[in-house]
Amino acid sequence: MVTVDTAAPSSRIPVREAGRPTPGRVLAWACLFVIIAITLFPFYWMLRTALSNGTVLATAGTSWLPVDFTWGAFRRVLGLATVEEAQAEGGTGAAVDFWVYLRNSVVVAGLITAGQVFFGALAAYAFARMRWPGRDTVFFVILIALMVPPIFTQLPNFLLMRDLGILNTYAAIVLPFLFMHPFAVFFLRQFFLGISHEIEEAARLDGAGHIRTFFRIIVPMSWGPITTLALLQYVQAWNEYFWPLLVGSERSVRTLTVALGVFRSQTPQGNPDWPGLMAATLIAALPVLLLFIAFGRKIVDSIGFSGIK
Amino acid sequence: MTTTAVPATGAPASGAPGIARRTSGNRETWVALGFIFPTVFGFVVFYLWPSLRGLGLSLTDYRFFADTSFVGLANYQRLLGDETFWNAMGVTVWYVVLNIGFQTVLAIGVAVLLHRLTRSVVIRGLVLMPYLVANVVVALVWFWMLDAQIGILNQVLSWFGIGPISFFGSEAWAIPTIAFVNTWRHLGYTALLIFAGLVMIPRIFYEAAKIDGASEWQMFRRITLPLLRPVLALVLVITVVGSFQVFDTVAVTTAGGPADATRVIQYYIFDLAFQRLDYGYASAVSVVLLVVLSVIAFVQLRLMRANESDLS
Repeated sequence: MVTVDTAAPSSRIPVREAGRPTPGRVLAWACLFVIIAITLFPFYWMLRTALSNGTVLATAGTSWLPVDFTWGAFRRVLGLATVEEAQAEGGTGAAVDFWVYLRNSVVVAGLITAGQVFFGALAAYAFARMRWPGRDTVFFVILIALMVPPIFTQLPNFLLMRDLGILNTYAAIVLPFLFMHPFAVFFLRQFFLGISHEIEEAARLDGAGHIRTFFRIIVPMSWGPITTLALLQYVQAWNEYFWPLLVGSERSVRTLTVALGVFRSQTPQGNPDWPGLMAATLIAALPVLLLFIAFGRKIVDSIGFSGIK
Repeated sequence: MTTTAVPATGAPASGAPGIARRTSGNRETWVALGFIFPTVFGFVVFYLWPSLRGLGLSLTDYRFFADTSFVGLANYQRLLGDETFWNAMGVTVWYVVLNIGFQTVLAIGVAVLLHRLTRSVVIRGLVLMPYLVANVVVALVWFWMLDAQIGILNQVLSWFGIGPISFFGSEAWAIPTIAFVNTWRHLGYTALLIFAGLVMIPRIFYEAAKIDGASEWQMFRRITLPLLRPVLALVLVITVVGSFQVFDTVAVTTAGGPADATRVIQYYIFDLAFQRLDYGYASAVSVVLLVVLSVIAFVQLRLMRANESDLS
């Protein structure tokens, strides 16, 4: 990248006029803050509603603070409230099984991530660092799969799961995603391509084969991108709705996203339990938000165009 | 941006291994096959085979419980005269136009703001946040905030004597509302993709323009937009193709209503297959969706000359 650095050291970040606020810049910052405010407000509103009492919520629709502050919504979502308590605050009192759905989401997203990252890394290594006939063709064909709309393959995949007799099991929810995700292969291949050949040559001289080189040298060297990929795939698997809705709608394997859809369709039309619903959505979003707070930089930096100049 | 030159010590990237290494090359092939086996297995069983099966099903009247017979192109013929299908196509296209329109313009704006103002990862992270939350969660939050009676937006609008507007409940508002909700979720992600493109434009252009006395707007028109074109083309292909497959938001909020006003194409396919159990026909519609998306992607890439950069 070409940077012309003629001015004082303070212009280390070029383009930026070292802190001199012009009207244009003030306006630009103002726009950015408005955008950020609109981005964050719904998260605040979720929390504010979740901490409100459902029966009096309508009386103070624009109150910035929770209306008649209570933990009741979280308590009834997590199954800690009695039926009477729940009904007193606008809940239905029906059992929610939230912990089951949470467990299902954790299991499903965890399995999918583990499979995609492990198998993806193996394949990426073969595509990036090994020589074998037909390699580039196979890679190209797998990339095409990125462009196929999921519903096109999911209708027949549903029949496959039914034929196998595994509808409403973890296996059905996980299998189509477990073995490969074109993006995972693509992402890691880009990284492996950049690793110096000398390191592999050195390992080869010491008598290590490809399998050993992969597990002992390449994988430990690549923890950074592997973690990033795992985060991205976990978030995606956690948020998936359509496929688990098709094959895993039964209570015992229902994931959080599917469960939220069910809550919503079961709430009475006129007077839904908004605090309960918002508490549930907040808890459903929480794991992903926590991952983001912990690893935000990795996720932000991963968004770009690897491989495209 | 990881482009790799093949180092002198390595053999050519493709092609047969040298004679001296034939045995090790053979061995390498076997190990490589072992390495790609799970991926190829997944591809064949869950992508390739279902694609072929889907094509096959679209030529039958498969209905889960009844006998199945081959009906040739009858499903496709039926589709031509199916008003619900055309309505679904129309609704989907309207959604895509609104969604991609808002989203792309706003995302370019946000990306340029970020690029000109700050390198802060925290700010980029905040902008990205909605994208990490599930569609279902986003849909429910906005469903609440846009509620016709006690949603916050209608309450605020009432101060100005507007409304109440039934955002999800009226035929005119439902699609624009869903388009807006998904714009909110995807704006940050799209902006960061464009931002990644902006970073690739050499700064020297801006510095030269500044010396020549160009304004910010002139620099945006004459430098940023033209040089961003290849990246923008890819972003548009990704977002348009994604936008056409809108489902989650509709399924959770309006379920296709009111009166088919939000029965987008993917929801229609879902409805046909799993509620009306008209699986063969649903497969035909999904084949059409695949074809439509492929054509759109191809045309977009061609029109925007995505693979030619003016940066050279």
